[in-house]
Amino acid sequence: MPDTENNKILIRTQGLTRTYKVGLERVYALRSINLNVCENEYVAVMGHSGSGKSTLMNLLGCLDIADAGQYELNGINTTYMNSSQLAHVRNQQIGFVFQSFELLSRVSALKNVELPLIYSDAPFGQRRKLAQEALRRVGLSDRIHHKPNQLSGGEKQRVAVARALVGKPSILLADEPTGNLDSKTSDGIMQLFEKLHTEGQTIIMVTHESDIAAHARRIVRMQDGEIVSDLPTEQDPLSVHYEDPSASEPSQ
Amino acid sequence: MKMLLLIPLKIFRLLIQSTLLALNQIWVNKTRSILTTVGIIIGVASVSAVIAAMDGMNNKIMENFETFGTKKIFLWPERPSSGPKKNVDWWQIRFKQEEFNGMLEYCPSVESKSFISDGRNLPARFEETSVESVRLNGVEASWFEIENREIIMGRPFSHLDEKQGRKVCIISKGLRDKLQMDQECTGQAITFGYHTFLVIGLLEEKPSMMFDNSNRDNLEAYIPFRTMRKISNNEWFRVMANCKSTDLAEEAKAEIKFFLRRTRHIRPGEPDTFNVFVMENEVKQVMGVLGMISGVAYAIVSISLLVGGVGIMNIMLVSVSERTREIGLRKAVGAKPSAILTQFLVEAVVLCLFGGLIGLSIGHLSTMLISKFPLMEGTRIPFWAILLSFGFSGGVGVVFGMFPAIKAARLNPIDALRHE
Repeated sequence: MPDTENNKILIRTQGLTRTYKVGLERVYALRSINLNVCENEYVAVMGHSGSGKSTLMNLLGCLDIADAGQYELNGINTTYMNSSQLAHVRNQQIGFVFQSFELLSRVSALKNVELPLIYSDAPFGQRRKLAQEALRRVGLSDRIHHKPNQLSGGEKQRVAVARALVGKPSILLADEPTGNLDSKTSDGIMQLFEKLHTEGQTIIMVTHESDIAAHARRIVRMQDGEIVSDLPTEQDPLSVHYEDPSASEPSQ
Repeated sequence: MKMLLLIPLKIFRLLIQSTLLALNQIWVNKTRSILTTVGIIIGVASVSAVIAAMDGMNNKIMENFETFGTKKIFLWPERPSSGPKKNVDWWQIRFKQEEFNGMLEYCPSVESKSFISDGRNLPARFEETSVESVRLNGVEASWFEIENREIIMGRPFSHLDEKQGRKVCIISKGLRDKLQMDQECTGQAITFGYHTFLVIGLLEEKPSMMFDNSNRDNLEAYIPFRTMRKISNNEWFRVMANCKSTDLAEEAKAEIKFFLRRTRHIRPGEPDTFNVFVMENEVKQVMGVLGMISGVAYAIVSISLLVGGVGIMNIMLVSVSERTREIGLRKAVGAKPSAILTQFLVEAVVLCLFGGLIGLSIGHLSTMLISKFPLMEGTRIPFWAILLSFGFSGGVGVVFGMFPAIKAARLNPIDALRHE
């Protein structure tokens, strides 16, 4: 479990459950998840496909509503919120980074980054400034007027990270952020995450790649909708591989 | 209090944002946007052009009525459709001049009246030139005022002309030219049948009218009523009058009826033995029919707007499913369902208004073409029709954009982001 001595708890879930109906059967995607994440933590959620990690991500990201259990994000209980209120929470508290970037192809990097601010109360005049600032943080100051098709994969993901950061969210949720990138660019993104983490950003990242997960400080492993292990990275079985990147591929 | 002030501000901001987004979207999909709005363009163009044409026609017909005179009242003896006098001899119900004595005093809404003795068609001759058939009518001096016919040369019938039944006449320009008389024809003599008349006045041409084909050649001649009675021994005459204003037409009619029933000794309960015809009634009827025709025309062209609306809905549905991932992303970064709804709704409305604008321009061009046709001069799109067209196209945008917009707003962000 995380060290909660000094840091405020950002995410607190209690008995979070999500089921899907398949035909007549109820399938449990998540079974009673209890998870706490503190400020400035860097967590990787790992698991095979179907383990429920994406479902958990969606619930933590307020994109989905649990069937049972409580979810409190930064002191806000989201359990009984309607879609409009959830949208506001997403806007104010959460920054998403997706596997396939999800940039609007027709507009510049700057406009892409400004997108969350359109739906926030940020004054019109400040949007540009905030977006430029976010792009500077991800190291893309010289690319602000490029459109996504003029950017490389790594740059696209950096724009996406900038977009996630522009609203100063309390958590950054990354769903397979390196899934569409080659290993070299992946490293770049991981370095960026590392930098953000040292700057105090709370990060939760879903991945099935051990060497990516190894960048996090804490690894939550999931299987069949349950958390099977939740350990600091150095205690996680995969840390062996992290110590020696040249060793064989992590067993998946 | 502060919250209350902020709400309209927020809505305004949302609208501005949505409009900018919509304009951008339309600009990005130029070809598609234009093709989509073709329906609306045609709809608005035809609506505005039809309204303009109908409006122009209405005005023209009204104008014709005005020229013809909406203040006119026609009086003639008529057998009642029921009662003992149903099959009475015409001779018994003919008008007598004394029946009209004091009519103007007793009928305050009536301005003037004139007896009219419809003459026969007679050959007319001036020196060596002759015309086979000219209709000679016996009228009083007031007739020219009632009919609004101007005497452009010479003088009207004088009191003496009428009292003594002098053989004087007032003729139309057409007749003067046909008989090859001098331009200044007053003082010259024309022979009608066996009687010779002194020309004392020249009439302005009758203004041409839509529904009046009588007297195409404009050969007209008028003599004093009394003169006509003397030369033709025709006891039969009718009466024409005019009321003081168009609004008084019905009152004038009632007054005349009351007056004539008394002078003609018709007992209460017995039907009238005469008819009073007021132009105003006809105007109302014609306007009613025109209104109906216009209504049907508007309804038909409105269908094209409806079809245009369906086109808009179709393209908006395509747009929603094409941009599902974008909608998912927007929702993920915090777009509320209301923001998505507004975005798509505004896009549909902007598309429609855009189409409405083009349609209106085309409608304006067609109206300019229409106004080149006879009877359609001065046709233009009335201002209310411009507002209506815009209102209607905006309404079409709202109505047909609503369904796709709701569909977009209801999209689940997770499914939307997974959409391929």
